[in-house]
Amino acid sequence: MLLFLARRVGVMLVTALCLTFVVFFLTNLPAKLETLAKTQAGSRMSDAEVASWLDRNGYNQPMLMRYGEWLGVVPGWTREEADGTVRGRCVERMGAEGYGARCGLAQGYWGQSTRFRAPVSEVIGTRLGATGWLMLWVLIVMVPMALIVGVLAGMREGSRTDRSLSTFAIASTATPEYVSGVLFIALLASSTVGLSPLLTSWGVIDGPVLFQGNARSALEGITFWNFTLPVLTIALYGMGYIARITRASMTEVMTQQYIRTARLKGVSFGNIVLKHALRNALIAPFTVIMLQIPWLLNGVVIVEVLFSYPGFGWTLYEAAVNNDIELLLAASVVAVIVVLLTQLISDVGYVFLNPRIRVT
Amino acid sequence: MEELGWLAISGRIVQQTLPVWVAMAIVFVLSIRFRRRLGLYGKLFDSNVGMVGFGIVLFWVLTAIFADLIITHDPLAQMRGMRNAVPGSRLANPADQYPYYLLGGDSLARDVFSRAIMGAREVLKIAPFAAMISFMIGISLGLPAGYFGGRLDTGLTFVANLVLAFPVILLFFLLVAPEIQATVIPTAMAGVLFLVPVLFVMVLLNARFFTQPMKRNLYVGAALLVGLWAYSGLAFNADPLGVWGMRANLLNVFVAVVFVNAPTVFRIVRGITMDIRTRDYVAAAQTRGEGPWYIMMWEILPNARGPLIVDFCLRIGYTTILLGTLGFFGLGVSPESPDWGSTINDGRRLLTVYPHPALVPALSLMSLVLGLNLLADGLREESLRD
Repeated sequence: MLLFLARRVGVMLVTALCLTFVVFFLTNLPAKLETLAKTQAGSRMSDAEVASWLDRNGYNQPMLMRYGEWLGVVPGWTREEADGTVRGRCVERMGAEGYGARCGLAQGYWGQSTRFRAPVSEVIGTRLGATGWLMLWVLIVMVPMALIVGVLAGMREGSRTDRSLSTFAIASTATPEYVSGVLFIALLASSTVGLSPLLTSWGVIDGPVLFQGNARSALEGITFWNFTLPVLTIALYGMGYIARITRASMTEVMTQQYIRTARLKGVSFGNIVLKHALRNALIAPFTVIMLQIPWLLNGVVIVEVLFSYPGFGWTLYEAAVNNDIELLLAASVVAVIVVLLTQLISDVGYVFLNPRIRVT
Repeated sequence: MEELGWLAISGRIVQQTLPVWVAMAIVFVLSIRFRRRLGLYGKLFDSNVGMVGFGIVLFWVLTAIFADLIITHDPLAQMRGMRNAVPGSRLANPADQYPYYLLGGDSLARDVFSRAIMGAREVLKIAPFAAMISFMIGISLGLPAGYFGGRLDTGLTFVANLVLAFPVILLFFLLVAPEIQATVIPTAMAGVLFLVPVLFVMVLLNARFFTQPMKRNLYVGAALLVGLWAYSGLAFNADPLGVWGMRANLLNVFVAVVFVNAPTVFRIVRGITMDIRTRDYVAAAQTRGEGPWYIMMWEILPNARGPLIVDFCLRIGYTTILLGTLGFFGLGVSPESPDWGSTINDGRRLLTVYPHPALVPALSLMSLVLGLNLLADGLREESLRD
């Protein structure tokens, strides 16, 4: 088991290294650097000015060198200006002792965000916290709903409940977040159309809208009013898939011999489902739920942009649009770690849940 | 300025889409009549879910084909006084044009109905082909990985996992951008990705006909000629006859979508191959002395078709969602493009006041993907039955 874990972590590190280099390469293409220079120092720069700006800010070294700097295995760039002052990647952070020092990931320095003008670690930290709340509520809503739908559909295969719940699950996988988000806002969060004006005129709700279509206020305090729509939007898309896996797993378990034995012994149907079938049927959904988490990241970006909730996804979007290299790199590191960790947990958890499987 | 009621609007939309309904009726009558002779496709009409799904997909395919007949206005034309017009509004000065905006106007006073119809064409021009290329790449790499195993398998699986570990949205932000289009990256990726289908078809034909050199030379030669012709046009925009070609931004989108989809297909094909490899008929073929590529292409692949066809339908739907995501973030689309994703994005600014410009493409996209998923479900059910 330990050997397995060690090997997996090793592969994870290699993967993360490869992926960050790809991100580094793609964000540091000459054309992208030119965009960065223009957004930082004025959009009407000539080519020569762009070149000199890049040179002054240390962007002119070979790409591998700068990737090493970012990792913290190569000393940061330094440069003596005409007036004798020394500038450099690490000098700006550590003062004079930064001359010739290494400052990068290995030293715990994530760089400076050019978009938010703050240290990347700070930006990512606060934004991740905001997204953490969103994800927490998504999981709280999504997982029980998906399992209930899947179990109810799978316990009597081919029944009318099964048909309608399966169709619902398919419909939910066919509705991407930007579609369901738009539908929800138009239906529930508009003061002129949809349900809200009706409810207001009937006196059912006090405010102008049933739910808020903008989740920015959730940063100060999460309420049912401002957080329902974003959570529901993400949960709905992810739910269908888990429900279908649960259903498939449940129908398979229900055909097993021991279920038939229990029925012949006269155990009630409810007891069979709850005591005999459920535990075995939940092994497959567990792995799927874990693997679904990185997938939710897509939804998080879309939903946070749509509902203007400044979390991790929104930051990723802003970083990508403004070519904020170090923020984008940090965001991709976080995303990659989430993906790889959930894969690891799902593999290990699968072994614990299903003793028939051994890791080798 | 009188407006049409919802009944009148629906009536006029049905009237406008008449060619689609007629064609659909013909397809359905013929298919149900001859369903016993049509194999898996015919069996689809035994299941309600499959039939509904097929109906929705067929509707959108035919709509894309007849789009020129259906639209009431030029999807890019702006009419005076029709900004954010509600559905069923009458044109201020119709002259000889269609007198109504059936589903209203958007924030730039363009016809929402016509844009949604043209959007179907935009989506269906890319999604099925992107899914097809992804499948060919996934099959050409997944078959040998699953069949030979060993180092090849380890290496390919590592690369596939690498791509899969990338959050899709991050990859899109990095890969689909005007700056990237100016570099050689999309062309280079297209050069590699589009070469695989050509090789796939050649190996497929060669493995079957290499015992009859005359036939082999004819088939492989013809495939090579057509393949390289299309390849030069699609990947490098250098088709001497100008039949094949793709704009730079379209190529960028296409390459990104294929790149995201291919590893998943690879994993599916690899898994199925590892399963089928242990069957008796594969052992029989090996004993007969068949080559590995013949076994992979003509013994394993046909027997893996069930799950692959089902996944192909799902993948077209997923590709449609991905294209919508790209449009939603304004990546890789031309500014006035009527594709559904960017129309939703345009419409969401005034969503709470004028929902119709965003709702129409949103519902269209949802119904197409739903149709594809239902179709896949029906196919799965029917292919499991025998």
